[in-house]
Amino acid sequence: MSLSSPGLDSALDTAAVTAARAGRRKAPRLGRRRLTFDYVSFLLVFLGLPLVIFLVFVISPFIQAVYYSMTNWTGFSPNMQFVGLQNFVKLFQDPTFLQAMGNNILLAVVVPLITIVIALIFASMITVGGPSHGNVRGLKGSSFYRVVSFFPYVIPAIVIAILWAMIYSPTGLLNGALGVLGIDNKQWAWLGEQSTAMGATIFVIVWSMVGFYMILFIAAIKGIPGETLEAARIDGAGRFRTVTSIVLPQIRDNVQTAYVYLGIMALDAFVYMAGLNSTGGPSNSTLVMSQYLFRTAFEKGQFGLATAMGVVLAIITLLFAALVIGVFRLIGGKDEGGRS
Amino acid sequence: MSTDTRAAITIDRSKASGPGKHTTKSTAGDKVVGGVSHVVLALWALVVILPMLWTLLGSFKTTAEIFKSPFGLPAQWNFNNYVSAWVDNNFGGMFVNTIIVVGCSLILVMVLGAMCAYVLARFQIPGGRVVYYLMLAGLTFPPFLAIVPLFFILQGMQLLNTLPGLIITYVAFALPFTVFFLFSFFKSLPYEIQEAAYVDGASEWRTFFQVMLPMAKPGMAAVAIMNFLGLWNQFILPISLNTNKDNYVLSQGMASYASSAGYALDFGQMFAAVMITIIPVLIVYVLFQRQLQGSVSQGTSK
Repeated sequence: MSLSSPGLDSALDTAAVTAARAGRRKAPRLGRRRLTFDYVSFLLVFLGLPLVIFLVFVISPFIQAVYYSMTNWTGFSPNMQFVGLQNFVKLFQDPTFLQAMGNNILLAVVVPLITIVIALIFASMITVGGPSHGNVRGLKGSSFYRVVSFFPYVIPAIVIAILWAMIYSPTGLLNGALGVLGIDNKQWAWLGEQSTAMGATIFVIVWSMVGFYMILFIAAIKGIPGETLEAARIDGAGRFRTVTSIVLPQIRDNVQTAYVYLGIMALDAFVYMAGLNSTGGPSNSTLVMSQYLFRTAFEKGQFGLATAMGVVLAIITLLFAALVIGVFRLIGGKDEGGRS
Repeated sequence: MSTDTRAAITIDRSKASGPGKHTTKSTAGDKVVGGVSHVVLALWALVVILPMLWTLLGSFKTTAEIFKSPFGLPAQWNFNNYVSAWVDNNFGGMFVNTIIVVGCSLILVMVLGAMCAYVLARFQIPGGRVVYYLMLAGLTFPPFLAIVPLFFILQGMQLLNTLPGLIITYVAFALPFTVFFLFSFFKSLPYEIQEAAYVDGASEWRTFFQVMLPMAKPGMAAVAIMNFLGLWNQFILPISLNTNKDNYVLSQGMASYASSAGYALDFGQMFAAVMITIIPVLIVYVLFQRQLQGSVSQGTSK
């Protein structure tokens, strides 16, 4: 490619380019092109190459997964029988899988809820927590909080999980800190006891996500026209009323998006679980579907069954997204049509 | 993005508080709300910072010192933990692997993603919309569904457990996000300049690489930062598709080291390994903090 040569009118070496130039002199309009060598090669490489990679490594595995999920394939033996929905029947009779699914659903409900509530409270404090006179404005010195809270978002999730596994360990930071405060809990294993394992896990995910969504909500709140907030204030709305009646309805779409994203993340949750409790926790109390899938596939070699789990996971994910969007429609009315 | 808005608000304020100075006096209620807000936010900041501080301090301490008191200073400041993590536990090798994999796939995905987004955004091709929606679908589907077939696709191509295999899957899975974000960016660039390039006789290739791509620099930078973090933190793909210990990347090496040791973990070395893993992202975060938060806010304004 003679792309680096300086000057646009320097001689280009292929005849096709000349042809293209001649052709375009008449039809320079975008959208309708003549099929010159330049244009065709350009399309082939620019669109074809990424598309082939995408189709081979992303789309085709998804499609294959649907087929494999209906076979009793074990991966290494060539014989594979089509068994229809048998794998799915088996899954829904497997108490461990049902437990994992229950844990996933619990996570998908609780994690977004807690994260969004905390992030919204923080974002509101930062944006409308300032003095109640003059223009509505934020808290002083809030950029420090923004920089710090966003930080966990950039740390690899597996590192976060491992770090918190150490913090929660019987001799870790949490018990040490509680000891300093005078609370002796006899080296409680936060992740090793069924009563606290799930709660501790949820906290870690929330911890890593709050900052990101706080920034997101701050940006959304700043997008609300100042006049709207001003008008509310003149009408006598306090900060709390401003947030619940003005800010929340205005950023409803952002909250909805956040709920969907957090829920999808919680339905996967593999990375966090792998670092916190790679075996599924005390009596599988923190086992999630993705972990069970991974174990079924790469430890037991039951690939057909494992992909069936993947299909169930995908269906639950789609249902979840549809449900959230539906619920938000219901509680928010459909006046805005989903976008402002 | 966010800074722009902030600037606008500041200007507003100075205009409004100019004539009526008396309104800026805070009431008791303001002080309470402000105070409570500061306390709550500061507490959260503490909850975020303490584990980091604990890790940083711990990476210089011996395991016995870590257990003795969480925030005591080490008796001797040295890099023993780092050296043994880097050399004995091969985090050095993993670091190099991670740099290679993330570096190559980042460059590839940015080039391929920009090309694809450019074509989809600015040319009317039959099936263009279908490709776009396919990319959107790839963005929403759980990667876990693809893991098992992907394993066998790579095996069939002799790419399983190799760095090139990992790179190509990283590229494929980062592509939808890249295309999706650059699509709107390329769409917003002026058409006149593209036309001018054609009139001056530039080929499609040249128009892209010498005219359009340089104009897309801000968008490319934002997406590249997000992709760097995403790829550096990638975990599911390497642990299922890259099980050869010599080819380990940092994230999976961390997990395997932590789970192999269990409660008998050498905390000091583990902390050093954690620091080795997060220092690169920390540097990127500090350098590009503003762009990063800006691109997060940009995502909301669509």
